[in-house]
Formats: sequence, C-alpha cells, structure tokens
Amino acid sequence: MNTPDDLRYSSDHEWIRSEDGNRVRIGITDYAQDALGDVVFVELPAVGSQVSAGASMSEVESTKSVSDVYAPIDGIVVEINNDLVDAPERINEDPYGDGWLCVIELAEGVSVDELLDAAAYRALTEG
Amino acid sequence: MPDLSTTPLIGLHRELGGRLVDFAGWELPIQFEGVLAEHRQCRTEAGLFDVSHMGVVELRSAGGVADTARFLERVTPAGITTLAPGHQRYGVLTNQAGGIIDDLIVTHRGDHLMLVVNASRRHVDLGHLRQELPEIDFTERTDVALLALQGPKAVDALTRLIPSVAQLFFLDADDFEIDDVPLVISRSGYTGEDGFELVVPAADAERIARQLLEQPEVAPCGLGARDTLRLEAGLSLYGNDLDETISPIEAGLGWTIPKRRRDAGDFPGAARIVREYDQGSNRVRVGLAAEGRRPVRDHTELRTIDGRPAGVVTSGGYGPTIERPVAMGLVPAQSAPLGQVLIADVRGTDVPITVVDLPFTPHRYHRQPTPGARS
Repeated sequence: MNTPDDLRYSSDHEWIRSEDGNRVRIGITDYAQDALGDVVFVELPAVGSQVSAGASMSEVESTKSVSDVYAPIDGIVVEINNDLVDAPERINEDPYGDGWLCVIELAEGVSVDELLDAAAYRALTEG
Repeated sequence: MPDLSTTPLIGLHRELGGRLVDFAGWELPIQFEGVLAEHRQCRTEAGLFDVSHMGVVELRSAGGVADTARFLERVTPAGITTLAPGHQRYGVLTNQAGGIIDDLIVTHRGDHLMLVVNASRRHVDLGHLRQELPEIDFTERTDVALLALQGPKAVDALTRLIPSVAQLFFLDADDFEIDDVPLVISRSGYTGEDGFELVVPAADAERIARQLLEQPEVAPCGLGARDTLRLEAGLSLYGNDLDETISPIEAGLGWTIPKRRRDAGDFPGAARIVREYDQGSNRVRVGLAAEGRRPVRDHTELRTIDGRPAGVVTSGGYGPTIERPVAMGLVPAQSAPLGQVLIADVRGTDVPITVVDLPFTPHRYHRQPTPGARS
C-alpha cells in the first residue's frame, strides 16, 4: 500500500494534506480504497457545512458496501470534488490526487499535529 | 478463517490474489482484480468462477430414472418426467404453504438425475428430499469441483480444449474428457451470458482451471461479479429474492411450472400456486431502476408517492454494464405496473425508483434454433 510521507492520517483511513493558510485537503487512503473495492457512488458534504472529528461527513459506496467517511478534524467544508459525482472511480485510481474528497478550513486552535503521521498510519494498517 | 469449508481451488485462489471471504460457510474469493473489471470481462470475454460451494447431488432409484423423475415431481412443480436425457431444467422446491425451499437445476444424466442446489440451502434441501422421497438414493458429490466459464467468448476458450462442446445448446449437458479426466459439461450458468458449467473431479480441478485460465479470453472472477452479473440479468438469488414465504408466482418463476403440473396440482403448495398463477399474486417481483447513481440495496423499504408501504428491495446494487443502479423488489401487485414510480428510503434520503422490465441486460444464451423442440 502507498502511504505518502508528507501526509497526515486518521485512524478512520482518511489522509490530510496541509495547504495554504488554515486549509487541509482530505481524501481516503490507498489502504481504504483497496479494502472498499470499486467505488461506484460518492455523497459529498455540502460546501459550508461544519464537520467535527470522528463524525460522519460523507458516504462512499463500493460494489460491495456503503461506508461512512468520518471527518478527521474539526472545521468547515470550503470546497468539494464535484468530479467524483460522475467519476467515483477516481478514488480507486488516484486516492491521493484526483480522488480527493474535500477541502476543510480548520476550526480555530485545531492543528494537524494531532493526527497520525505516515509511520504511525503504516503501523496501524500493517500491524 | 477457521471452520470454513474450502473448495479444491483454494490454493489457486490464494496464488491468484483472490480476496477471500466467508460465503455461506465457504472460504471463497469475492474478487481478484476487482468487481467492475471482472464483471466487464464476463460480459465481453469470458470469466472463470469457482462455484464448488454449490451442492451437486445424484438421484437414483431401484426402478430407474423414469421412476426417479416421477418421485422428484412430488417436491417440485417443475416438469421432470418430461425432461429428456442430456437436458437440464431450472425449477424450485416448494413447501406446503407454496413458498420456495430452494431453486435448483435438474440434469437428466441418462441413468440418473443430478441436482445443483444453493450452498446456503444444501443441508436443508438434502434433509427435506431424504424425508419426502424415501424411494430415492441420494449421493452428494463432495468429490467434485464445479466451475462456471461464462461470457460470449467462453465457447471459443472451451472448444480449444474440447472441440465437441460446441454441439451443446443452452441447457444441454453431456459427458466429455480432457486428458482422460471425465467431465460433465452443460451449457448453462447464472450470468445471463452464454457459457458452460463443468463438474470436475476434485483431484483434477486445479489443473483444469489452470488450462482454462491459460486461454486468452479467460480471467478469474469472484463472487462479487457473479452477484452483479446475475442481478443485471434479472436472475433471482435465494435468501434475497426467494425464500420460504415467497411463492414461485410472486417470484416471477411461474414459467418453471408446466400446464400439466398446474392442471394436476400434485405438488406442495399447489392450492396457492395454481390460484396465484390463474388470478395473479398479491405481491410481484419487479425490476427497479433508481435515478442518479446511488445504489439502492436489498432490505430498502419502498413506498408509494403518497406514502403507503410498497414492499421492499430484495436485491440491489450497481449495474456495471449499464452503469446505473439496478435492483429487484417484491412489491404489491397494484404497485407493479411498468413505469410505476415508487420512493425508496435510502438511509433517510428519498430516492425515486421506477418499476422496469427485467432483465437490465439482455440474455445471450446459445439457444437451440428451433424453439419448442425440447418441450
């Protein structure tokens, strides 16, 4: 499984990339997309919606099952990947690139430092 | 996975990277490369499925195969005595209430009958059959593997190994050999495509499977694709679309009951089944097409536009060939007309869903060109 070193991770199998300002981009990990199988439908959160760490913010459906996507961190959704509506397979093909889910503006006082680093996530999934 | 049964191909599944799951107590691959790729493989080329978890049972009786057929008609409304040697028929076992105990394929093997039954029902079926048909000697073939080679190019792949299988039409079955290994091969399957099912001695199963996989048309397929293929083809799955409360008429399987059997009414549940055949049933299995891309899965409750209960989705998912959600449901007869729009409650979201004709993808069986010749 591919677990890039420059990302942060949640124990619910999301990746988090720090971007300009107080924003982070979020998607599901290579490990998660592989476990899900072929993704056929994605329900994205609404732009402007508030999300809190550990709470469901969207749904991903594969040929096999429905899975909740849990927000890895507190914040507000400022951008969503609308391309996934018609091309959900991008999550399988490019989970860390074109398969991104949304961009979140972090809530005040929240830092990505509280999330897992690549080594810790690898230990979790390979454990 | 302890306590699971394994098929003779378990080693091959592991070697090919199959993702193994517990399916009805069997350790079987849900997928290899991926459900979508395997589904498309089977619709355009050919896919090889291990269906050895299904029960293969031989039926014999002292008086010969004609007697065996006559006895078997006591537990099914299908036409068995009219089945000719070398042919197969799909049918159901029914209970006294007219519900379905299992669906199965009966093959006339010349001197005996062979049944293929669902893995999840084999113990129930065998207990029931032994109790109801004491005249019959049942042999469960636990010494064989069952392979399904399915897809429009299955015939190209298999004729390279056994040229004479080309003579089989849909629901024909006969004896063949590869390198002195005896095989029972039928032109059948449960994907809606042309294809074959092979009964193979367990000891030779892996070698035969490898020979099939060496053919350029063939790739291994798992149970995930098997489910999406049969759903697109509008074929019922026991435990989802069929159960002990659902009659064959409700299930849309009235065609498995010939007039001779309906007139005689000499099978379990005949009163209900014949009445429903003549007058219609209160519930009907229908195809359902949801708008948008979100799959509507089994157990999803349905209601009418004005809020009345309208049955339930019995099978549902994503149809990779038509690239839309596909579903079947059991709905009240008044909600069953084609084009009827219902509402599916998908985890709190209302999804409009329309009653449509089955199948979603046309069947492409290799039928005998003179219809009725085998009736």
